Amino acid sequence: MTRPNLPEPKEFARRIRAHALRMVHAAKASHIGGCLSMADILAVLYTRILRVDPAEPQSPSRDRFVLSKGHATAIMYATLAECGFFSLTELDTYCRDGSIFTGHVSHAVPGVEVSTGSLGHGLPIAIGMALAARHAGAGSRVFCLLSDGECDEGSNWEGILFAPHHKLDNLCVIVDFNKIQSFGSVAEVLNLDPFAEKWKAFGWQVEEIDGHDLAALEHVLSGVPAASNRPTVVIAHTVKGKGVSFMENKLEWHYRSPSDELLAQALAEVGA
Amino acid sequence: MRTTFIESLSQAASENPDIWLLCGDLGYSVLEPFAAKFPDRYLNVGVAEQNMAGIAAGIALSGKTVFIYSIGNFPTLRCLEQLRNDVCYHGADVKVVAVGAGYAYGSQGYTHHALEDAGIMSMLPGIEVFVPCDPMEVRAATRLIATSGKPSYLRLSRQGEPNLGTAVTDLRKPRVLREGREVVILASGPIASRALEAAGELAGRGRDVGVVSVSCLKPLDEAAIRDAVRDASLIVTLEEHILRGGLFSLVAGLFAGDARRPPVTGLGIPEQGGKTSSAGSREALLDAADLSAQAIVARIEQSLAKR
Repeated sequence: MTRPNLPEPKEFARRIRAHALRMVHAAKASHIGGCLSMADILAVLYTRILRVDPAEPQSPSRDRFVLSKGHATAIMYATLAECGFFSLTELDTYCRDGSIFTGHVSHAVPGVEVSTGSLGHGLPIAIGMALAARHAGAGSRVFCLLSDGECDEGSNWEGILFAPHHKLDNLCVIVDFNKIQSFGSVAEVLNLDPFAEKWKAFGWQVEEIDGHDLAALEHVLSGVPAASNRPTVVIAHTVKGKGVSFMENKLEWHYRSPSDELLAQALAEVGA
Repeated sequence: MRTTFIESLSQAASENPDIWLLCGDLGYSVLEPFAAKFPDRYLNVGVAEQNMAGIAAGIALSGKTVFIYSIGNFPTLRCLEQLRNDVCYHGADVKVVAVGAGYAYGSQGYTHHALEDAGIMSMLPGIEVFVPCDPMEVRAATRLIATSGKPSYLRLSRQGEPNLGTAVTDLRKPRVLREGREVVILASGPIASRALEAAGELAGRGRDVGVVSVSCLKPLDEAAIRDAVRDASLIVTLEEHILRGGLFSLVAGLFAGDARRPPVTGLGIPEQGGKTSSAGSREALLDAADLSAQAIVARIEQSLAKR
């Protein structure tokens, strides 16, 4: 679906990257790298795919989006603000005393379905929502965004086993596969390969795409359910820190916040 | 207790189409009537409690009331963080039902003994905790949590437990099983039957001993507890649980600030760290934990002598 009041995905992604950079800089917060890697995914989801309405955020028939990599909040809050769930000025309170905008995603924020932050929680919750949606027959779809690092968690594999068994074709998992987790590369810490084959063996409809190719994202996500009687996983190959040259593929930007000078450079690079 | 639970839940589900039941591949010969009657609201999730708790939260956040069922430590400790974050933090309408309280799975060994669950569940934010002593309280608890709209924990023993008192009027309040004023035994769970035995024995020795079932551990009705022990010169707590975090901790904490507090003697299961447990029936294991009726009598007399 296209919401006429929202910009094209490319422009939307540019805006949310800029907001997230400013927020992380102002709050001296972490996790900008994982925010930037999923920016294009969120841009396509919220401008083209999700049936959600800021005027009626609790509509029973809405699509659900569960952010399981709950540390990537700056970009999530920026996305919701750009969609009109709350005003852009509220982003200035990110991580400030008394703010609802906590460093791990909070359901106190309008438009956020669930609070996460401990990894491996989002997928089971999304499965429950998909079961309830199917039972209700309202046609809602549930999208759940995982990080690659959190695929170390056994709870995810319980869910990965469960969803195809129960033919949850209204469920779509997206993995932000940026190849870097908190203490090293995924390949070094706990290798996921062959990743797509694992999902296939568990019975999922697997789509593997460039997670920064907006057209490819829109094509794949608008096709959900991609196969009847099967859940879909979109393995989105991404770059941690995407869009800011000195952050790309650098582990340290899981933790650091940019200085004033680096912020200016980063904003220039993302076109803000 | 299991049978009473599933009968009560089935009744509630007949009246409320939003009630679901999930199990972690346990409940053989217990859950089948519910599954047969409500096939689209029953799900065996498999041996995967973290997934079960998360799924329950997701269904509950979609407007349903979800019961999850398994043995003792599995739907509680195994998925504790899911209960904390996904259920309780969101105020999701999920009911955790654990069968096999305390030593109910006797000879199955330590992994199947639920000894810390009530305390750990009580520490979770916003959850209500029920430890019924008999089938009448199980029925009342199931009805209550089915409509409370809050996260809840229901701790069940197994089967064949007798009713210990008259009808339950208000499950949230202490229920008097035996009148008596000098010593009041506050008991939670089916071990209350041993309190009744001990009270009978002590009565034969000239003591006036009351027994009160405290099945609602959270929220604890503090005023009603105070009222139940108002004339007591000794309070005894009895639970099939370690003392830390259970009924004793609650009651001792309640009276800690009172200048004229009556002494509180806590009777429960000793912590087992580093020691292996023996095989044995529930009854034998309780006896070995110094919780036979005779041992309870002796320990109360010791406490009375120390006053």
